[in-house]
Amino acid sequence: MSTREPRWLRWTLIVVALAFLIVNLALPLAAVFAGAFAKGLAAYRTAIVEHDAVAAMKLTLTVAAIAVPLNIVFGVAASWAVAKFDFPGKSILISLIDLPLSVSPVVSGLIYVLLFGLQGWGGEWLRDHDIKLIFAVPGIVLATMFVTFPFVARELIPLMLEQGRTDEEAARSLGASGWQTFARVTLPNIRWGLLYGVLLCNARAMGEFGAVSVVSGHIRGLTNTLPLHIEILYNEYNYVAAFAVASLLAGLALVTLVAKSALEWRFGDQIAGGGH
Amino acid sequence: MGFTVFYLCVVVLIPLSAIFIKTAGLGFDQFIAVALSRRALLAYRLSFGAAAVAAAINSVFGLLVAWVLVRYDFAGKRIVSALVDLPFALPTAVAGIALTALYAPTGWIGGLLPVKVAFEPLGVVVALTFIGLPFVVRTVEPVLADLGHDVEEAAASLGAGRRQTFTRVILPAVAPALVTGFALAFARGVGEYGSVIFIAGNLPYRSEIAPLLIVQQLEQYNYAGATAIAATMLTASFAVLLAINLLQAWDRRRMAAL
Repeated sequence: MSTREPRWLRWTLIVVALAFLIVNLALPLAAVFAGAFAKGLAAYRTAIVEHDAVAAMKLTLTVAAIAVPLNIVFGVAASWAVAKFDFPGKSILISLIDLPLSVSPVVSGLIYVLLFGLQGWGGEWLRDHDIKLIFAVPGIVLATMFVTFPFVARELIPLMLEQGRTDEEAARSLGASGWQTFARVTLPNIRWGLLYGVLLCNARAMGEFGAVSVVSGHIRGLTNTLPLHIEILYNEYNYVAAFAVASLLAGLALVTLVAKSALEWRFGDQIAGGGH
Repeated sequence: MGFTVFYLCVVVLIPLSAIFIKTAGLGFDQFIAVALSRRALLAYRLSFGAAAVAAAINSVFGLLVAWVLVRYDFAGKRIVSALVDLPFALPTAVAGIALTALYAPTGWIGGLLPVKVAFEPLGVVVALTFIGLPFVVRTVEPVLADLGHDVEEAAASLGAGRRQTFTRVILPAVAPALVTGFALAFARGVGEYGSVIFIAGNLPYRSEIAPLLIVQQLEQYNYAGATAIAATMLTASFAVLLAINLLQAWDRRRMAAL
């Protein structure tokens, strides 16, 4: 009678699981760096400092710098509303927040083309007022916002639900204003969960491909983000440059994973679900 | 509160409704001609089929990985656990070119395999398996961790073997989480674009996914056609998600009745 597996079975399971993870996850990651340095360090450097690559980097950083803060504000507001107040239609609101996760990125891009493109509803008005959204930077920002929209709220809602309302009620009864309650009580309570959500949101914002590809128009040096730049290089059979640029994003992914694990490890109890 | 609803409307709801309103503006015949053309039907079949196969593979291996991470101790466990989230953090275009390099006939893995994977429908499955794994692992893991040892001890003390305990006690307990993980991986796979287009080869009628078809319609400035395909895909995805939600609700009722 035992509730443990025999030793051989345990090790077989571990080995099979690890083998799957190595083939499925570690090898692709290794392939990125192998491809990037295939022609040596000099070729890698040339690809990174090349003019269009630098422009793409700047654009990617700009887009993330706009989209991520906006989604932080929204994420905090949405989870605050869901967790601390009761209102009809709350569960519908929660499912709507998750909606972008189950919509194809291509469709996410398409909807902005339909809305603001020349054929679309707002297209002619925008043209008459000389505002360019689609095939320009604002369109890329909008599409990125749509796609990364659920990440912060998804982390915060379960966390804030779990923490309940007692802290806030105590603060209010001691005479704190709504804003003071938020800044002094709620925010410190959720800071690590918030940081966790921001990490994921940022990783996706910088790496988004499908949605951005539809709205960007692929103008080199102007509306090309890093992922789009990778695609162009790859389709031009410029593999070393494609992998070199890809290695930058892979590096970002690794930093994100390390920061995320560190957060889970140190502040697991202050992230949703009491740690993973 | 008001701000939340406003932001949600502006960023999500109005844009999404645009798809359906635009589709409704198409003539019926025109809609059928584009959305149900042979090429489109084959693309849906590939997108939904490959997503289902990949989600099934991930359900098996995701359960295994979650089990190993929750139950066993081994060196480097924390690194392995962090690695599981790689597909969430790695941009899809990067994953796409990396997988293509690996599975191309000259690649590290492609060179060893007897069958052609890259630039074939099989390549789509490989890409979607990569993308979907963390959905299963991260949904099953907390349930497995919460599952007390007491039920297993009870099963064992009543004479159940390890295999019986697993199929009769553990598996039913994690089944709803497993189905959810499957659904999330499937939904993501159906719409996935970035990681697939590099490895798929994109041959019409053979290895062309539905999202790519939308992009191609757009590149030909056929907005109506793109919208028709998008609406069909959205409807199908929502139907699948709804079916799985109902299945789960039914499962919860069944478990509660026991």
